Amino acid sequence: MTLAPETTDLKVQVLLDEDWLTVCDLTRLLPGRGVAALLPDGNQVALFRDRAGQLYAIDNRDPFGGAAVLSRGLTGSHQGRPFVASPLLKQRFDLETGQCLDDEAVRIATYEVRSTG
Amino acid sequence: MTATLGATPTIVLVGHGMVGQRFLEALAERGLTATHRVVVLCEEPRPAYDRVALTSYFSGKTPEDLSMTDMEFIETHGIELYIGDPAVSVDREAKQVTARSGQVFEYETLVLATGSFPFVPPVPGKDAEGCFVYRTIEDLLAIEEYAKTRTTGAVVGGGLLGLEAAGALKGLGLTSHIVEFAPRLMPVQVDEGGGAALLRTIEDMGLTVHTGVGTQEIVVDAEGAVTGMKLSDGSELATDLVVFSAGVRPRDQLARDCGLTVGERGGITVDEQCRTVSDPHVFAIGECALASDGRVYGLVAPGYEQAETAAATIAADESEQLTFTGADLSTKLKLLGVDVASFGDAHGTAEDCLDVVYSDSRAGLYKKLVIGRDGTLLGGILVGDAEAYGTLKAFTGSVPPVSPESLVLPAGAGAPAQLGPSALPDEAIICSCNNVTKGTIRGAVTDHQCTTVPEVKKCTKAGTTCGSCVKVLGQLINAELEASGVEVDKGLCGCFSQTREELYEIVLALRINTYQDLLDRYGRDGAKGGDGCEICKPAVASIIASLAPTIGASGYVLDGEQASLQDSNDHFLANIQKNGSYSVVPRIAGGEITPEGLIVIGEIARDFGLYTKITGGQRIDMFGARVEQLPLIWARLVDAGFESGHAYGKSLRTVKSCVGQTWCRYGVQDSVRMAIDLELRYRGLRSPHKLKSAVSGCQRECAEAQSKDFGVIATAGGWNLYVGGNGGATPRHADLLAQDLSDTELIRLIDRFLMFYIRTADRLERTSVWLERIPGGLDHVRDVVVEDSLGICEELETLMAAHVANYRDEWAETIKDPEKLARFVSFINAPDTPDPVVGFVPERDQIKPDLPLLTIGHRPLEGSAQR
Ligand code: SRM
Ligand SMILES: Cc1cc2nc3c(=O)[nH]c(=O)nc-3n(C[C@H](O)[C@H](O)[C@H](O)COP(=O)(O)OP(=O)(O)OC[C@H]3O[C@@H](n4cnc5c(N)ncnc54)[C@H](O)[C@@H]3O)c2cc1C
Ligand code: SF4
Ligand code: FES
Repeated sequence: MTLAPETTDLKVQVLLDEDWLTVCDLTRLLPGRGVAALLPDGNQVALFRDRAGQLYAIDNRDPFGGAAVLSRGLTGSHQGRPFVASPLLKQRFDLETGQCLDDEAVRIATYEVRSTG
Repeated sequence: MTATLGATPTIVLVGHGMVGQRFLEALAERGLTATHRVVVLCEEPRPAYDRVALTSYFSGKTPEDLSMTDMEFIETHGIELYIGDPAVSVDREAKQVTARSGQVFEYETLVLATGSFPFVPPVPGKDAEGCFVYRTIEDLLAIEEYAKTRTTGAVVGGGLLGLEAAGALKGLGLTSHIVEFAPRLMPVQVDEGGGAALLRTIEDMGLTVHTGVGTQEIVVDAEGAVTGMKLSDGSELATDLVVFSAGVRPRDQLARDCGLTVGERGGITVDEQCRTVSDPHVFAIGECALASDGRVYGLVAPGYEQAETAAATIAADESEQLTFTGADLSTKLKLLGVDVASFGDAHGTAEDCLDVVYSDSRAGLYKKLVIGRDGTLLGGILVGDAEAYGTLKAFTGSVPPVSPESLVLPAGAGAPAQLGPSALPDEAIICSCNNVTKGTIRGAVTDHQCTTVPEVKKCTKAGTTCGSCVKVLGQLINAELEASGVEVDKGLCGCFSQTREELYEIVLALRINTYQDLLDRYGRDGAKGGDGCEICKPAVASIIASLAPTIGASGYVLDGEQASLQDSNDHFLANIQKNGSYSVVPRIAGGEITPEGLIVIGEIARDFGLYTKITGGQRIDMFGARVEQLPLIWARLVDAGFESGHAYGKSLRTVKSCVGQTWCRYGVQDSVRMAIDLELRYRGLRSPHKLKSAVSGCQRECAEAQSKDFGVIATAGGWNLYVGGNGGATPRHADLLAQDLSDTELIRLIDRFLMFYIRTADRLERTSVWLERIPGGLDHVRDVVVEDSLGICEELETLMAAHVANYRDEWAETIKDPEKLARFVSFINAPDTPDPVVGFVPERDQIKPDLPLLTIGHRPLEGSAQR
């Protein structure tokens, strides 16, 4: 497999308290799909990359069903806002704010995320 | 400490339950939170939550999911909420309330919304260890904890809540009993016939029901823990846990202590404004109030109405004079999965009324309508099938436009009347929880430009409580949109204005083989260049996959861009389960399997500790595989000659067969061989929805071919082909498309039929629905695929031939590709660590998901809510 040199060494990092935790190579994030990462505190984060290259990170847990599966949902955009739909019962969550688009009362945690060389 | 009365008058609310919360919202809506200081004393350790949905905790909802309190709302309106701090006394002279913490609040207006407490009959042993009630989240947590090490549970009381509690105990893995004093279950809501239908269904679920017996004593062991109960018929029931659910009583002690008038059987006496009859500064609302019609209401909808009434009275708004003079007791519930509804005068107490009853106790169905002499619908009871509840309830009090009999007969027994919501008058209440009329809902569409159910919910509050009206809501919105000439957008989704059929034509005609290309060229204006959505991505992925060889796309659904479009299940080539694990279903064409094949599956399931079950589709499903185990399991399956069964895809599932001519003395053709041929021919074919088939060896139809999308039945002269059958939620018998076909004719006709369906159906539209929808129906399909009226049959056959020639097993392909395999991990940064939330516990010598594990990683609510 050959990769363009400018993308090979970019890393995805998530902000935890003060520190940036390196999670994986940017190339592991397929545009339009997610991956999950395990955080030192035992929480799980779901990471996504959209077509424009923008990165997002939210809690991986589906607050409705309880399973840690949001990283496996389908992504898209709704009224200009990026979202992921849970693979369990399809509720959608705004990737920037964590707000559930189908239930105003529900919001999940989000994380700051960046790619860096 | 005494909070001093400032310039702003103070409203003190005692009790932050469902009604209390609604009262706060009603205050805010009327601007009272701006002009008043609002203090809330909340006894429970958490702010208001959805008590009606309490039991859903056991199906995985967390306390946080149940919360009805938006802390932002509390903060924006400056409401002072004291959690875990109940009111202990009221001094009406000084107009002061004292809380348990010692804080004293002076009030201008005091509102009591203290709800009810569960009644526990005074039997010896009622306070023993292992005795519980069922009212709060804390009760549920305690029951859950205690049940962990126990095997049997009994519920005292077979009413609505008792059944819910019994269902919860069963869900916790206990052998469950229900003890009801009355001669039938749910004596308040249903009559004898309804009770019998309910009893049968509930017993079929494995619960034991004891009716007509009372509980006399709770038996305890030396440590004081429950071991059983003595019943009034002299028998003893062994049980480790008892839940009392014998009714509720209003919590009026605080009111009694400060000298407010209470009813003989409890409840704080109020007038039509919900003001207590003893003190104009004190109101009572919800389950603690005895309304002016002499009743205490144990349902949330009347409580909401009272909350609005009290708020309007406090606002003293001349333009809005609400009164509460009584409420409808209609209820619709799904108890243990059984629909039960009663509405209006359900027991037929009106003079001279008549009953119309349909009852089928074998099927657990019971429907009764109470009709007045003049034909007015007065009320009714529905058990087992409450589909018609929304419309029937709305028609209560009027003469329905069709005969009452036709409303209760099941589909198939004579033509069931279709009573559309369009026949309803504007005053008809559609959402009884929130008292929303049809007129208001129409107004939301015509005056407030709402076009979807969520928008109307937000605008009118309809459908936001028990949810039983949501279906009618949807029908009304669409009817209204169409009537007002709004062109209902037929586009696939927010990204495409074309239908699925139009997109198919575009892809095929222009040989477009990527989603991005299609979106950027043919998407709606705002969607071009964007990310698409969860509706169009899989739909377009399916079109591209069905046409792959013809349009020059890869036939492998995880190749390149296609991987990012697939539904989550297709992406992992397996079906996700409730705890995030997966099921594995290898293809077993025609249901035929060798002993070696069975052994391999058995060995794999044993080695990976999977739960195994024979499916309804004549094959074997293995459940509980972790995502990282999928490739390992499939490597062994592929090695033994198995391939993907596409249980995850919108594609061919199974072609079931009966043993047919080879063994069966009646068989006239080799149905097994034909089933295998068909399954292998159409395997992997992506379609708008799943496709199922079956082949029977004679007209006795042991393979149930007439319930399939395409079903084949052997005749002495060949094969009969049936199409458009369906099981599932809305079963449909298949229609005969052609008779006495040879093998070749049969296959050619199925090729054409399937390709025509794939070309013209909507997304997620089974053949049954498609056949009913398309203009001309079955006759049109026969014209096209048998008579070739459109001249497209050759093209349809060529497309299918290309699919058959290019089929490759997705799993075999995947396990060969290291890049694809890297995806099958729980964590990208810890590929060897399994997801800790995926765990299993034993049941009947196999595994099942460990559901309590799913709450791990979940922050408790209290911390964030405390001020
Ligand atoms: C495993 C199985 C039940 C079983 O234990 O036997 C099953 C399990 C599921 N069925 Fe089924 N159905 C199974 C046979 C059936 C049958 C019987 C049959 O095929 O003869 C039917 C009725 C026939 C029919 O489809 O017309 C059936 C009608 C449904 C429906 C309703 C379809 C409809 O048109 O109304 C759904 C929901 C849907 O597809 O939208 C569904 C959906 C499901 C899903 C996919 C729900 C989901 O998304 O999780 C279940 C996933 C199973 C898994 O994880 O592997 N399943 N399901 C059966 C698998 C058969 C197989 O070997 O592939
Ligand atoms: C399992 C279950 C299922 C149900 N299902 C349905 C249904 O399907 N449909 C339906 O209509 N209804 C249903 N109900 C009934 C419904 O929940 C009640 O009608 C509704 O909750 C009443 O609201 P409320 O605010 O009056 O009382 P509650 O919700 O009980 O709230 C009263 C609150 O006041 C608090 N309180 C009491 N005394 C004090 C004090 N001195 N100081 C401070 N706080 C105090 C209590 O702790 C409680 O939190 C169900 C109830 C249960 C338990
Ligand atoms: S359908 Fe006919 S041939 Fe097949 S098993 Fe039944 S009776 Fe025998
Ligand atoms: S009837 Fe309960 S939410 Fe509408």
